[in-house]
Amino acid sequence: MNRPIRTLSVFCLLLFLALMLNATYLQYFNAKKLDDDPRNRRVIQAAFSRQRGAILVGKKAVASSVPSKDQFKFQRTYPEGQEYAPLTGYFSYYSQTGIEHSQNQVLSGDDSRLFVTRLVDLVNNTDPKGGNVELTIDPAVQDAAYKGFKALGAGVQGAAVAIEPSTGRILAMVSTPSFDPNQLAAHDLTKSTKAYNRLLHDPSQPLINRAIQTTLPPGSTFKLVTASAAMEDLGMTPDSKVPGGSSLKLPQTTHVLHNENNESCGGAQITLTQALDVSCNVSFASVGLKLTDQQLRTQAEKFGFGQTYLSDLPGQAISRFPTTLTPPLRAQSAIGQYEVAATPLQMALVAAGIANHGVVMKPYLVDRVTSSDLDVLDQTNPTELSTAISPKTASMLTQMMTSVVDRGTGTPARIPGVEVAGKTGTAQSTPTRPPYAWFTGFAPAQNPKIAVAVLVQASNTSRSEIAGGALGGPIAKAMMEAVINP
Amino acid sequence: MNAQTWAREFVHRQRRGAELFLLVLSLVVGVGGYAAVGIGVEQKVPADILGYGGWLTVLIVGAHVVVRFVAPYADPVLLPLVAMLNGLGLAVIRRLDLASGASHHGFARQQLIWMTIGVVLFAVTLIGMRDHRTMQRFTYTSGLGAVVLLLMPMLPGIGKDINGARIWIHLGPLSFQPGEVAKVLLVVAFAGYLVLHRDALALAGRRVMGVDLPRGRDLGPILAMWLISLAILVRQHDLGSSLLFFGLFVIMLYVATERRGWIIVGGGLFLVGAVAASRFIGHVQARVDIWLHPMQHYGTAAGPHSDQLVESMFGMAWGGLLGRGFGNGDPWRISYANSDFIMGAIGEELGLTAVLAIVLCYGLIVERGLRTAIICRDDFGKLLSVGLASSFALQVFVVVGGVTRLIPLTGLTTPFLSYGGSSLVANWVIVALLLRVSDHARRPLPDLSFSASEETTQVVRLP
Repeated sequence: MNRPIRTLSVFCLLLFLALMLNATYLQYFNAKKLDDDPRNRRVIQAAFSRQRGAILVGKKAVASSVPSKDQFKFQRTYPEGQEYAPLTGYFSYYSQTGIEHSQNQVLSGDDSRLFVTRLVDLVNNTDPKGGNVELTIDPAVQDAAYKGFKALGAGVQGAAVAIEPSTGRILAMVSTPSFDPNQLAAHDLTKSTKAYNRLLHDPSQPLINRAIQTTLPPGSTFKLVTASAAMEDLGMTPDSKVPGGSSLKLPQTTHVLHNENNESCGGAQITLTQALDVSCNVSFASVGLKLTDQQLRTQAEKFGFGQTYLSDLPGQAISRFPTTLTPPLRAQSAIGQYEVAATPLQMALVAAGIANHGVVMKPYLVDRVTSSDLDVLDQTNPTELSTAISPKTASMLTQMMTSVVDRGTGTPARIPGVEVAGKTGTAQSTPTRPPYAWFTGFAPAQNPKIAVAVLVQASNTSRSEIAGGALGGPIAKAMMEAVINP
Repeated sequence: MNAQTWAREFVHRQRRGAELFLLVLSLVVGVGGYAAVGIGVEQKVPADILGYGGWLTVLIVGAHVVVRFVAPYADPVLLPLVAMLNGLGLAVIRRLDLASGASHHGFARQQLIWMTIGVVLFAVTLIGMRDHRTMQRFTYTSGLGAVVLLLMPMLPGIGKDINGARIWIHLGPLSFQPGEVAKVLLVVAFAGYLVLHRDALALAGRRVMGVDLPRGRDLGPILAMWLISLAILVRQHDLGSSLLFFGLFVIMLYVATERRGWIIVGGGLFLVGAVAASRFIGHVQARVDIWLHPMQHYGTAAGPHSDQLVESMFGMAWGGLLGRGFGNGDPWRISYANSDFIMGAIGEELGLTAVLAIVLCYGLIVERGLRTAIICRDDFGKLLSVGLASSFALQVFVVVGGVTRLIPLTGLTTPFLSYGGSSLVANWVIVALLLRVSDHARRPLPDLSFSASEETTQVVRLP
């Protein structure tokens, strides 16, 4: 009987080998996949209990983990929750957004750059600590924008973005209405779920970061792109003559394009500078008709339309310029109407590109990543996104935009003693809802330190008073002043 | 010197000292594990560590002393292996007790009592039965006993459904799973039966495509066993035992007859039964479905749900190579972590390393059992140890394979680790039987050689 017993022992060996191989597959090779399953409570629980790193603005933590005495070891807190929520996002038991999401690996301590720290923690038998994320945000600019929106009163919906033109550093990003991430990070999960559901179903959509996730017609601020194309492709200058009448008969249609309030822009033929000063629809629509839609689209794309360029926050919406246009729609598009749609960040990039001699820098939000002992692990270096226009075009546009703030629609953004360049926009949407007010610009005009874009999507201001300059101008001004006259 | 004379003249050493040394190591695992659970979960060494450690030491040293006196030539590795597994199992059960809030009267205490009973029965078996061949006399008695035990849960009044399987009997405050005891009795019955009938089963038959197939009339026993297994499956919903008993019978039949034909017949019957069961028995169908698509049945409100399996898989993945350490994982998320799914709890907190080590230990137990079978001098002893060793191998494969999703989940206890009195006691008896056979097999033969010159009797030629 020994022969079958030997066969049997080989069979048993195979059984046990299969068990061991399968266990190895399950616990080693397949472990990552199982750990990443969103229903895996163990991983969520551990992440929720861990001492996450802080999110820093300057030297101030806008998100940090403090010891907690309940079922989890640490509680995530957001000292200035409402103001910074669009940036930090929230860290709840169920999900993460914003920097909490995009920098989760660093904050939780799982990032490979934190390997040495993890090893030290393991040897010392201390609980692993996450790394810190330092943002590019300038708290003064952020405060200025946040207070600016607050001053407009309750019920305001809008966003503001500020960028350092020479680097692409995002200096401020405000979206209103905002939410309190502390409620979502609460350890009382019923409360946190309730708060989340309330925010989710709030008609004013406080969970949306309007600075990067809302695309709306940019209106007259888009005339900067049209002017750029006109100068680059048609060789126009600030002194080129363009039609400036009170209306423009569009080809192939009976539709007639009017200026705001049906007024003339100051004569049958005016200069491009004058046209930008008063934001003349007739002039820019006729410039648009002289350009091909390919030229307009290419110019828009050089400024960042149709692209994803923000990797530091999740969910950046792509700004659009429509494809294949009939001449009347091209005229509409050239003044930022029809299906042209841009985020406030995109319009800030247009201003920043003009400010930086035509070179658009890739916007970024994470300045440095440090270990819990504040050793710098990584520092973001500015990179170019594209060259949108030539330095000559840039300086001509700057000159025109300065004129807008000095004597045109942008006067509310004037700063005494400083040359400010800017452009307003008032975009029509549907007749039933109020227009969107835009402002974009930069300062100082000759040595730009900050480029901004402000969008007021809805406010309690009466319809007739809504204008980009009046609503957005003061906020933009405050943001620019925070950098120029600290 | 050829292999045969070598085997005849080779004298096994007792190796009791080696056994004692290994037992000390197993105690280190058991008591150390218990202390580690206290430190990991409650940040302090358990207050009763001395009492607990002392009790474990008394049991294990007691077992060793019994072996030393009544089975001095027994295999020295088996006892330390099972002592280690039992000690580790106690520690893990204690850890799960703490997670569920039980302080001192939890399952670990119960399990220690069962272990005590198991060790006592272990000693009684070794002391009371000096020669395993006496069991051969009870071939049919054991068979009958096994059938009665298996039928008992079906009796109204004492049988009870627990988690969809009717495998428990309750007598007053006592409850136990007769299947575990039936397993031992069945091995004895199979061994006794096959020793008597192996020639008939082995020799007759016809050759088909190079394989000897048995005669139709000899198929009786295997068909009977197949039907019994199916009955257990259909009536008691006990997939694990059904598989175990039938597999056991086929293996022993193959070893007894040395004919691969029986494996083909047995394998064919198994396949027919398995396919039919997975088609027509809802309970089995659900298990197969969960095995194939565990993630789709996780957290579902209706229908079969795979929460137990998926939580165990999450836990084992979370444990990774080295495990989270006692007290740092969430093994309480797995339902029945202390019985069927104890490997999931071990995988989570002690890691792949411990899982592999435990599977290796089981492998070693099987290997020592089969080794005993090979060197055993009588057929009954050979078959008995083959049966006991392969019951171990099958059970471990079925339960660990089920927990790690190698095969569909069936529901058997993990020998020596899982919480469960019947299983623990039955397994201690199995080890006692294996030690008894191995003592017999390794014991030197009495010196029967004498030289021709000293021959005192003469060959008498009969007219």
